[in-house]
Amino acid sequence: MTQIAQQPGTDAIAAKGWLLAHRWLLLRRASQLGILGVFLLGPWAGIWIVQGNLNASLTLDILPLTDPFVLLQSLAARHVPELTAISGALIVTAFYVLVGGRAYCAWVCPVNIVTDTAGWLRQRLGLTGGTRVTNRTRYWLCGTILLVSAVTGIITWELVNPVSMLHRGLIFGMSTGWAVILGIFVFDLFVSRRGWCGHLCPVGAFYSVLGRVAVLRVNAARRAQCNRCMDCIQVCPEPQVLKAPLFGADEGSGSIIQSPNCTNCGRCIDVCSRDVFQFGTRFSGNAETRLQFAKETQR
Amino acid sequence: MDTTRRRFIGDAARTAGGVALCGLGLGLYARRSTSLPAQALRPPGAITESEFLAACIRCGLCVRDCPYDTLQLAQFDDDIAIGTPWFNARNIPCEMCEDIPCVAACPTGALDPALTDIDAARMGTAVLVDQENCLNYLGLRCDVCYRVCPLIDEAITIEWQHNARSGKHSRLLPTVHADACTGCGKCEYACVLEEAAIKVLPQRVARGAGGRHYRIGWEEKAQAGDSLVPADPEHRYNLPEGLDYDYAGEGLIREGDTATPFAADPLETLNRESAP
Repeated sequence: MTQIAQQPGTDAIAAKGWLLAHRWLLLRRASQLGILGVFLLGPWAGIWIVQGNLNASLTLDILPLTDPFVLLQSLAARHVPELTAISGALIVTAFYVLVGGRAYCAWVCPVNIVTDTAGWLRQRLGLTGGTRVTNRTRYWLCGTILLVSAVTGIITWELVNPVSMLHRGLIFGMSTGWAVILGIFVFDLFVSRRGWCGHLCPVGAFYSVLGRVAVLRVNAARRAQCNRCMDCIQVCPEPQVLKAPLFGADEGSGSIIQSPNCTNCGRCIDVCSRDVFQFGTRFSGNAETRLQFAKETQR
Repeated sequence: MDTTRRRFIGDAARTAGGVALCGLGLGLYARRSTSLPAQALRPPGAITESEFLAACIRCGLCVRDCPYDTLQLAQFDDDIAIGTPWFNARNIPCEMCEDIPCVAACPTGALDPALTDIDAARMGTAVLVDQENCLNYLGLRCDVCYRVCPLIDEAITIEWQHNARSGKHSRLLPTVHADACTGCGKCEYACVLEEAAIKVLPQRVARGAGGRHYRIGWEEKAQAGDSLVPADPEHRYNLPEGLDYDYAGEGLIREGDTATPFAADPLETLNRESAP
């Protein structure tokens, strides 16, 4: 195994320059803060482009957007929503089927900034260990929430959801809700690496289900150039998704990261000094790699 | 191989157990969350609390469209299901907008779009909870709750009553009529006391309910247009033949003798009686 770099991305910065080695990270932060900013423009500056919050919003008094997971819980709780909420949820669902379900986590969710910071700090401080929580937990939690919503007739996760608590709190007032966010930060920093987003958050789990058929995908197109520096594995919030597409050429694995848990954050593209990764569609590389695989097996 | 399987089963059991516990906790918390504090009122058109928590997706669009900043979203330590809209009438009451923008803004129907007449809203019911401190009950003329009521003389009326303390004054009692009260809370907001004597409470707290079999006689009578029990047979006097009853109580008179001891002029009657 190759020596793992102290700071992932050092090679990339040397090869491409700091800006290019942080391109997707910067764009992602701009997206997260930008979306939050547009929501805050109303209450802070009186410029009402968007009203509401991530659970449901109204843009320019015309475009309704609804979080499909909240709506699904509402349906499970046996409420039939008005058409506005349903169409909003369909629009959001269609969008994330296109760009990758968990793009929500990387590009929109405000908690991502908190957990990314905790993850970064954990790496800088060299903290290891912690509890062993399987990353399937989030799916079980997601299903349990729908079940409990059905049994109690109440939208359950919204009673405790830190994601909407933070986003809504920033816009409408937070009070002691900060304690919950601090809790997540501490959990990710000391208790479990990428514990919240990567193992527990049922919202992310739900969006990853949407991502099963997502069109936009990261492609390890030039994986032959990989020098196994492991920088991408170190920065990836869901490192398991990289292994097969990146190292599995011999086993016939396609180069496209098909795992619905990939958040399309693009950080692997940033930190790779060999330009292995690029954004593509789930179809783009497929035919090519399949053909390549077929040729190889024929030989 | 065996150890991996054992570990797999152990992990799965651990996850299942943990998640089941989470689910149980969430469920219990959810059940608890339907108990709304008595001073927290829902926006107009809000469906019943348990249904509301299935319908409201906590977006705050109703809050944004409220022109008077009446509504707010519950925060972490409000003891109200977090993110749901509510208001405290003593802080800012509902101004009862005619176009009901909060209901129009709701994307899910948690605020029922069937509510188009704000007078039909039932956010709660005003109750004069403290008759001992209410100025009108003390015999003063405050009337503020009555005056500010958007449905004055319907939802709150003033009922006159003898003031037994002074013996010569009236007490003018503000009286809420729940069939008209929308629960907007303007009375509670306006009450001049340090702590309001009239408060808007959720209907489940504010109102009693008779047994379902109870009937109020006069209402049934009005509905039927007549008494529901058979009328009394006409009263008859069994008098001796040829005599009639004397209305002045002097005794019996001969039938057909219509002469009455009362003159048309009361003075004359008096003079007649005082004559020796």
